[in-house]
Amino acid sequence: MLKRSIAALLTGLAVLLPAAQAQVTVNIAEGVLKPTPIAIPTFEATGDNVQLATDITAVVQNDLLSTGLFTITPQSAHIQRDLSINAQPRFADWKIIQTDALVVGEVDTVTVEGVEFIRASVRLWDVYGEEVMRLEGQAGRRFTAKPEDWRRIAHKIADSIYSRLTGEDPYFDSRIVYIAETGPKDARTKRLAIMDSDGANVKYLTSGTFTVLTPRFSPSNQQITYMSYENNRPRVYLFDIQNGRQEVLGNFQNMTFAPRFSRDGQSVLLTQANSGNSDIFIRDLVTQSTRRLTDHPAIDTSPSMSPDGRQIVFNSDRGGSPQLYIMNTDGSPLTCPSGGRDTACRITFGSGRYSTPVWSPRGDLIAFTKQAAGKFHIGVIGIDGEGERLLTESYLDEGPEWSPNGRVITFFRETSPGAGPKLWSVDLTGRNLRQIPTPTDASDPAWSPLLN
Amino acid sequence: MRRTVMSTASIALLLGAAACASKPKPAPVQETAPVAETTEPANTRTVVEEPTRVIDAGPAAGSIEDFTVNVGDRVYFDLDQYRLDSDDQDILQRQAAWLQSYPSVRILVAGNCDERGTREYNLALGERRASIVKDYLVSLGVDPARIETVSYGKERPLATASNEAAWALNRNGFTQILSGATS
Repeated sequence: MLKRSIAALLTGLAVLLPAAQAQVTVNIAEGVLKPTPIAIPTFEATGDNVQLATDITAVVQNDLLSTGLFTITPQSAHIQRDLSINAQPRFADWKIIQTDALVVGEVDTVTVEGVEFIRASVRLWDVYGEEVMRLEGQAGRRFTAKPEDWRRIAHKIADSIYSRLTGEDPYFDSRIVYIAETGPKDARTKRLAIMDSDGANVKYLTSGTFTVLTPRFSPSNQQITYMSYENNRPRVYLFDIQNGRQEVLGNFQNMTFAPRFSRDGQSVLLTQANSGNSDIFIRDLVTQSTRRLTDHPAIDTSPSMSPDGRQIVFNSDRGGSPQLYIMNTDGSPLTCPSGGRDTACRITFGSGRYSTPVWSPRGDLIAFTKQAAGKFHIGVIGIDGEGERLLTESYLDEGPEWSPNGRVITFFRETSPGAGPKLWSVDLTGRNLRQIPTPTDASDPAWSPLLN
Repeated sequence: MRRTVMSTASIALLLGAAACASKPKPAPVQETAPVAETTEPANTRTVVEEPTRVIDAGPAAGSIEDFTVNVGDRVYFDLDQYRLDSDDQDILQRQAAWLQSYPSVRILVAGNCDERGTREYNLALGERRASIVKDYLVSLGVDPARIETVSYGKERPLATASNEAAWALNRNGFTQILSGATS
């Protein structure tokens, strides 16, 4: 019952929004939705685990709050104070404070062969339905991890609750790779950085000696591909997260940039500039072979592959200004939504310049950056070029990247001329615009797949 | 005297840049008329000033400074464009002539873009700009083996402000001397 109402809330938006899309207006309306009230009392714990339980509870609450789909009932309003993970709550006590869902959790520690682990158990209750809501088919869930991975336990709990209540795939237990920026504009230091999806646990992966740009995750979560100016030779690199090793991708004679993994992780799509002309190539990481995908005197760059691997969306100014095009990965001609058959079909025809296309993990939408009338927008459009919707607007919004479940888009924003870039996220509906905290200026965020 | 000429040239250069904000063009260094001598009857003076020797402060011929000051190391592009107009061609013709005079000099041509575009497209656009400059120099007889190119996209702004004047300065092809200049 509860799940259905939130799912309706999400799909209801999809029904509501097309009214505005004909005018391609910015959907940043706020406060229309009524978020679902949920109670997440501090998880039970004893002794040394009390602080840990408090911290885990706070991360779970923050994850769910960050979706904009929930309000958290304040602890001070709670009537029942003797909750137990193994007992049914007194539903009347929670109905009276208008809570739709109740999360009951417990944290303890276990020692396995002399090694200490933390363990968190959780149950989700439907207050008005007066029944437990099964999580992944179980009456509750229990996660065990090393103490240093306590935040991941919290993210997994939040993911379980989010998925159960919305019907969407999880995404909190994931990471974001980005470029950390420091120093003056004309002598900027740019470092590769990685953090949890909520901005915690920032780690720097490169020293900042060389400018690095546009990192993207492999589907296996083990590698990042990015562009580096190491030795003043701008090339696409691979970075191995496990051992920190970096290597140049392929033996291209000229500048390579705009890399992105194929959906199976076996290849990297990239752009090579040759005598001023940029074209798209695909590099097979296993066979070490390279294949040219475009051969056009215009700029072709920023390729992104569809989830089924059959098509590629890219940026080209072959029509006179930067626009988005779709082609078949095998290079064969395709029938264009706008009519005719061609080796590439233009899908954007709005006024303005379109760039940085990224195919959604669900396959039905393409996110992009749009520049028009002195403003920048993050938007989405159907793969047939229909239903363009602008989700954001500011002085500079650039570089959308999808959350693993395709519900949320992260990007970077400069709020005003001269303001440093910061990371932001926005829901696919255009609501719930939030800044992701970072210790320094930050740009080029890209989401990892869900962690195991 | 030499100093006077140089400072007049610098002023011309500044005026040239200010007068044309949308597309700043460093004015070519111009010879100006010598400062007129005032002729006064010598016998009316009680203190007679001897002319002092002017120390030549101009850049040494064939130096990086000579190239930067007397030739011009940047050409500027219009918004989203990579065409060379006649002013750009003038500068590049001077660059080519200078490079012919100093055949051991090797250069790096960097293509730069303003910040009002997205990162990857700008990398491609900067590459186009660098390549156009190289091609023009080669067409004037400069050995292509002496010219490297690089695109910095919007990563290396010359002007740090966020306004039209700064963006115009940041859309450039920048010829940097790598080696072979006299010091």
